[in-house]
Amino acid sequence: MTTATETGRTPGGAAAERSARRRGGERRRPDWGKYFTWAVLCWLFAPIVFMVVFSFNDIKGRHNVTWEGFTLRWYSDAFAYPDLNVALLNTITIAVLTMLIAGFLGTLLGLALGRYRFFGQSATNLVMFSAISAPEVVLGASLLSMFLTMNIAVGYWTILIAHVMFSVSFVAITVRARVLTMDPSVEEAARDLGATPLATFRLVTLPLLVPAITSGGLIAFALSVDDYIITSFVSGSTQTFPLWIWGATRVGIPPQVNVMGTLIFGIGVLLAAGNMVLARRRSR
Amino acid sequence: MATATEESRARQGAGAPSGAAAISLEQIVKTYRSGGEDVQAVRGVDLRIEQGEFFSLLGPSGCGKTTTMRMVAGFEDPTSGTVRLHGDDVTGIPPHRRDVNMVFQSYALFPHMTVFDNVAFGLRRKGEAAGEIRRKVAESLELVELSGRERTKPGRLSGGQQQRVALARALVNRPSALLLDEPLGALDLKLRQAMQIELKRIQRDVGITFVYVTHDQGEALTMSDRIAVMNGGRVEQLGTPAEIYERPATRFTAGFIGTSNLLSGTVDGHRGGFAEIGIDGAGEILAECDSPAGSRVDLTVRPEKIALDTAEPSADRARLPGVVAEVVYLGSTTHYTVRLGDGTEIVVFRQNSSDAASAADRGDTVWVSWRPEHAYALPGT
Repeated sequence: MTTATETGRTPGGAAAERSARRRGGERRRPDWGKYFTWAVLCWLFAPIVFMVVFSFNDIKGRHNVTWEGFTLRWYSDAFAYPDLNVALLNTITIAVLTMLIAGFLGTLLGLALGRYRFFGQSATNLVMFSAISAPEVVLGASLLSMFLTMNIAVGYWTILIAHVMFSVSFVAITVRARVLTMDPSVEEAARDLGATPLATFRLVTLPLLVPAITSGGLIAFALSVDDYIITSFVSGSTQTFPLWIWGATRVGIPPQVNVMGTLIFGIGVLLAAGNMVLARRRSR
Repeated sequence: MATATEESRARQGAGAPSGAAAISLEQIVKTYRSGGEDVQAVRGVDLRIEQGEFFSLLGPSGCGKTTTMRMVAGFEDPTSGTVRLHGDDVTGIPPHRRDVNMVFQSYALFPHMTVFDNVAFGLRRKGEAAGEIRRKVAESLELVELSGRERTKPGRLSGGQQQRVALARALVNRPSALLLDEPLGALDLKLRQAMQIELKRIQRDVGITFVYVTHDQGEALTMSDRIAVMNGGRVEQLGTPAEIYERPATRFTAGFIGTSNLLSGTVDGHRGGFAEIGIDGAGEILAECDSPAGSRVDLTVRPEKIALDTAEPSADRARLPGVVAEVVYLGSTTHYTVRLGDGTEIVVFRQNSSDAASAADRGDTVWVSWRPEHAYALPGT
C-alpha cells in the first residue's frame, strides 16, 4: 500500500519540481531566443512599415523622406500620374498573365518530371535550375540579344515572355515536389473504381495538386510584380511599376508610389490569408 | 443487409456462366526490365479461384503475390498468359473496365473528398441515380460500422476507420471479386486481429470472392478458405489452411508456415505401412513415406504434435532421445528446445494444463515422441 502511494505521488512531485526549476531558470537567464526572433521580425517588417507610414506623409516639396504630418491626400489622389497608372496596369496584367501561363506550363512540366522517366529528363531539370540560379543580368542581356536577333520588337509581350520564362521553373518545382510525395495508389484507386484516365486526372490528380499549383502561381505573380533587372532589358519603351519608380528616384518618388505599394501589399496579405482559410477548410 | 446479400446471390446466379471460375489465371508470366536485366517476378502461375471463396496469396516479400494481384486488377499486363474473370478473357483490358475492385495497402482514400464522396466514387462513375447512390453508400457504411461519418474527411479518421472506408468504397460496387493487398499491414496487432474477424464476417455477409494478399501466415490461416503459398514467382502449394499447415508440400512451406521441425534422414525400409527412417546421428524412427529404401528424405513435425517424456515411450511412436537445451514459459504453453544426439534442435510446444505431468528442466535427458502419421516426409536434400 505504502509503495503504491509513493509511486502514485512521484510523477506529480517530479512535475512540480521541474516547473519550479523552469521558473527559477527564467529568472536567472533572459530568453535570448525570443528576443532574437522578435528582432529578426522587426528587421523584416521595418521597410514595409516605413512604406505604409510614409504613404500618409503630408509633404510639401518633392522629397518623401522626412515626416511632415498626417494626411489622406495621397489616397484620394492615388491616380494623379497617368504614366504611373499605365505602368501599374501593365505590371498587374503582366503578373496575372504570367501567373496563368507559368501556372499552366509549370504544372505540366512538374507532373512530367515527377511522374515519368523520359529521355532528356535530367537535361530539363538542369535547365530549370539554371533558370532559377542564373544571374538576372545575364538572363536579361541574353533575352534582349535573342529578341533582337529574332527581330522581335521589345515591349509588353517580350516582358511577358521573359516573366513566364523565369517563373515557370518555380511552379514546376513546387508541383514536382507535390507529385513526388503523392501516393500513386490514390490514382490507381480511381482507375480501379471505374474512372477513365481523363476523369482520374480531373477528379483526383488535379484537386490534389491544387495547393502546389496555387502556391507556385502566387510565387510567379510575386516574382513578376517586382522584377526590375530582366524587365529593364526587354521592356523597350513599355513602362512597368518597378521601372517607373526607378525612373522617378532621380526626381523624387511621389507618395502615390507608397500608396500603391501599400495597396498591393494589402491585397497580397488578403490573398495569402484567403488561401490559408481555404486550405484549412479543405483539410477539414 | 439482407437485401445486399440477396442482391449479390441473384447476381452470381445470373452473371456467372456455370463452371467458370470467378478468377482464373493461366500460365501467367511477368517479366520486368530493371537496370538492363530481365527480372522474372511471376514464373508461370496457374490458379482457379471459385466464386464466393476467401482465397489468400501468401508468401514473403518479392514472391510475386502483389504482382499477381495487380495483373488481376489490370494495373500490370502479364508478359504471357491469360487472365479470365468469370470465363471472359480480360488480359490487356484497363482497370477501369474490369469488374473487380481493390483495397490498397495504403488505403489510397481520396484525401480531398468526404467519406461519402469516397464511397460514392465508383457508383458515380457508373452513372447511377443520386437516390440509389445515397441508399447504397448508407448501406455500405453500415456494413463497415461507420454510419454517421459521411461528412468526415479521411484525414480525420483513425487507421482502422480509414481501412473500413476503403473496404466500403470497394464493396459498394458489388464487384465480382474484391482484391485486398495486405490491407491490415498498417494496423496494430489488436486492431488487426479484430479486423480479421470483421473481414471474414463481411465476406460471408456479401458473398463476394475475396482475394487476399499477405505475408502474414497467421492472417492467411485464420481467414482463408484456400491458400496459395508463393515463393520465387511460383505457387509452392495450394490448399486449405489445414492442409497447408498439417501437410506442407515443400521445405519452404514447412518453414514459412508456423514453426516446424525438420529432420534429415535416409529411408531404411518399409514395415506395416510405415517407413523406417534413420535420422542422421539421432536414431531410427517410423514415418509415413512412400519413397523407396535408400532415398534421402526430410521429415517435418509440428511442435505441438510432439510429446516430451522422461521414460521411454511405447514402440509404436516415433521416438528420439535428447537433452533439454532451453525452456521458455509462455503462460498457456511452454516451449522446450531439445537437442538430439547429432546436435539437431527440436522445438516442442506443451500445453500447461492442470493434469500435465511435471515439466522437464534444462539439462534433463528426455524422449521426444510423436505418432508416425504426424511426421510428414518431403523429398530430401
